[in-house]
Amino acid sequence: MLEIKNLQASVGDKPILKGINLTVKPGEVHAIMGPNGSGKSTLSHVLTGREGYTVTGGSATYNGKDLFAMKPEDRAREGVFLAFQYPVEIPGVTNKYFLKAAYNAIRKHRGEPEISAGDFLKLIKKKAELVEVDPAFLNRSINAGFSGGEKKKNEILQMAVLEPKLGLLDETDSGLDIDALKIVSKGINAMRGPERAFVLVTHYQRLLDYVVPDVVHVLSGGRIVKTGGKELALELEKQGYGWLEQKVAA
Amino acid sequence: MAKPTDSSTSSTETLNQLTQGEYKYGFSSDIDADQAPKGLSEEIVRLISKKKNEPQFMLEWRLKAYRHWLTMKEPAWQNVHFSKIDYQDIIYYSAPKPKKLLASMDEVDPEVKKTFEKLGIPLEEQKILAGVAVDAVLDSVSVATTYKKALADVGIIFCSFSEAVQNHPELIKKYLGSVVPYSDNFFAALNSAVFSDGSFCWIPKGVRCPMELSTYFRINAANTGQFERTLIVAEDSAYVSYLEGCTAPMRDTNQLHAAVVELVALDNAQIKYSTIQNWYPGDKDGKGGIFNFVTKRGKCKGANSKISWTQVETGSAITWKYPSCILQGDGSVGEFYSVALANNYQQADTGTKMIHIGKNTKSTIVSKGISAGHGQNTYRGLVKIMKGASGARNYSQCDSLLMGDTCGAHTFPYLEVNNTSSQVEHEATTSKIGEDQLFYCRQRGLSTEDAVGMIVNGFCKEVFQELPIEFAVEAHKLLSLSLEGSVG
Repeated sequence: MLEIKNLQASVGDKPILKGINLTVKPGEVHAIMGPNGSGKSTLSHVLTGREGYTVTGGSATYNGKDLFAMKPEDRAREGVFLAFQYPVEIPGVTNKYFLKAAYNAIRKHRGEPEISAGDFLKLIKKKAELVEVDPAFLNRSINAGFSGGEKKKNEILQMAVLEPKLGLLDETDSGLDIDALKIVSKGINAMRGPERAFVLVTHYQRLLDYVVPDVVHVLSGGRIVKTGGKELALELEKQGYGWLEQKVAA
Repeated sequence: MAKPTDSSTSSTETLNQLTQGEYKYGFSSDIDADQAPKGLSEEIVRLISKKKNEPQFMLEWRLKAYRHWLTMKEPAWQNVHFSKIDYQDIIYYSAPKPKKLLASMDEVDPEVKKTFEKLGIPLEEQKILAGVAVDAVLDSVSVATTYKKALADVGIIFCSFSEAVQNHPELIKKYLGSVVPYSDNFFAALNSAVFSDGSFCWIPKGVRCPMELSTYFRINAANTGQFERTLIVAEDSAYVSYLEGCTAPMRDTNQLHAAVVELVALDNAQIKYSTIQNWYPGDKDGKGGIFNFVTKRGKCKGANSKISWTQVETGSAITWKYPSCILQGDGSVGEFYSVALANNYQQADTGTKMIHIGKNTKSTIVSKGISAGHGQNTYRGLVKIMKGASGARNYSQCDSLLMGDTCGAHTFPYLEVNNTSSQVEHEATTSKIGEDQLFYCRQRGLSTEDAVGMIVNGFCKEVFQELPIEFAVEAHKLLSLSLEGSVG
């Protein structure tokens, strides 16, 4: 599904990613862990096409297509979804309206007709239940005045409605209390399936207690320095990132 | 014909020459021509009045306005820039000629058609707006007649200003200039002297106007003149909602538009006046475009009366207007909801004045300014609480949205409070459409243009809520359309 080869990217003149290799197959959940400043967020921004990041080398192929040749909205319409670390507020635009526009943009891209207002309402109510958010949420302005936890839940709700093929979750667990973390994890788990893959970018292993990954990568200094099974996350929790960084330096 | 003005003399000098000397060009013998020569003089004012067969009081009023105008200077305090207007280079009277109708929509400018489609204007209305001959059922005259009958049944007078002068001179005499006197300002004086036509609306005591006066207007919007005059009077406990303008793009060969609108609300009466202004804004480099210099004012004369202005200003090269409320009656309410857009080289200097005279009067101001390209958007507002206005309250909110870094937003709120029991609140924000917001929308699959439209419309929501519903939908589309290509 996603094949990243020797990816290098910089912000301004500063190289951040220095040769990432990563292969994600449908149905898999990958966790990318690493200390602050290791390039975790840069990776998710580069993959989704945010301005200000320059790809200086390597490639990323998504379902056989060159990801970097596509505009950000086309990547989204093809099924790449980013749950933002800092979801953006858009005053005056309701969640419902926003989601419907996004949903229809994706359908249009696939050559499908727009969904009727009634069907959409049913769909989002069902999804709101799935991720345990109050349906009143849907009539509020996008993230405006939301608490940190509400914003993250809203990201998961959007993901549930838009049903992407590849979900990139950027520090979705940060700032969540344990109850919110459980709800968010439940939402992600409910969406796991043989056709869908996830890449969870996280600093802590806490989230991985609830969303159990198939593969864990450690990102450090712009490179993946270690890859292992879910037990790698536990090891990191005990020992921290220091031993890996030292190993790389040596 | 008038001889070309020497560009080296200032227009005031030219004016003096023309007005003080004997009029040399002898067009008075030419009185049957359907167009007066260029330029303004007392003779021209007399000609206009005569052509319109006006009673003596109207002529006198026009002449007083004209003579006063001569003593006035074009104001220069506003935050807009434009080349000097030569008032002797304007034709002040030309008889309304029936427009040549086009045989079918195929003859309409494809650009105009494209815009109609994007705005979602129904085909039959497109035809009327574009000047295409339509079938008898939807002919604008017959539609207008139907509406007029429905209005007449409840005693409402709704007609052109000229008709009102002929048929209801007592009402015109009583209310004309009662809110905006001819001496009010330079452009109001000019309008008072030479206004060609406009609308008159009178709602009798206790009557609620059975329809939005919008539908009628949209169909007739294509005929708005250069110097329009509107007068709306709501008697005790009457209600009317009036919509002026149209989302369809309006082109006009007249560059200067100086309209005057007067509203009078008596005891417990309510007037809701909505405007959508989409005059030609000039091209991308700022060439051409309409100067829209308008005086709009409402007087809440009666107790507990209410006047509400809602405006969506997306067109014109320069927009310069301050729809205002004089809150004279105790407990009267004034409201101003505005969206003003300045894109490319457009300039907007707009806002309101709320003059609290009566006790317990209330006013609300919500202004949303959007600047893009090289556009300059200024909010200018005055809240004045007079000595006797005990318990008066005002709430003002002025928000500016910037798109890109070559545009500007300016806010000039003036407060004059002369009564200590009053309460005045002002909030202002300036924000930029961020890369963050755009990227967020695009990451969900929306195109940049759809994202901009959505963010901007969200920003304007509080104002759009105040528009009659069918126009809210159009205003929404209009705004997105006016911003096409301004980001990314």
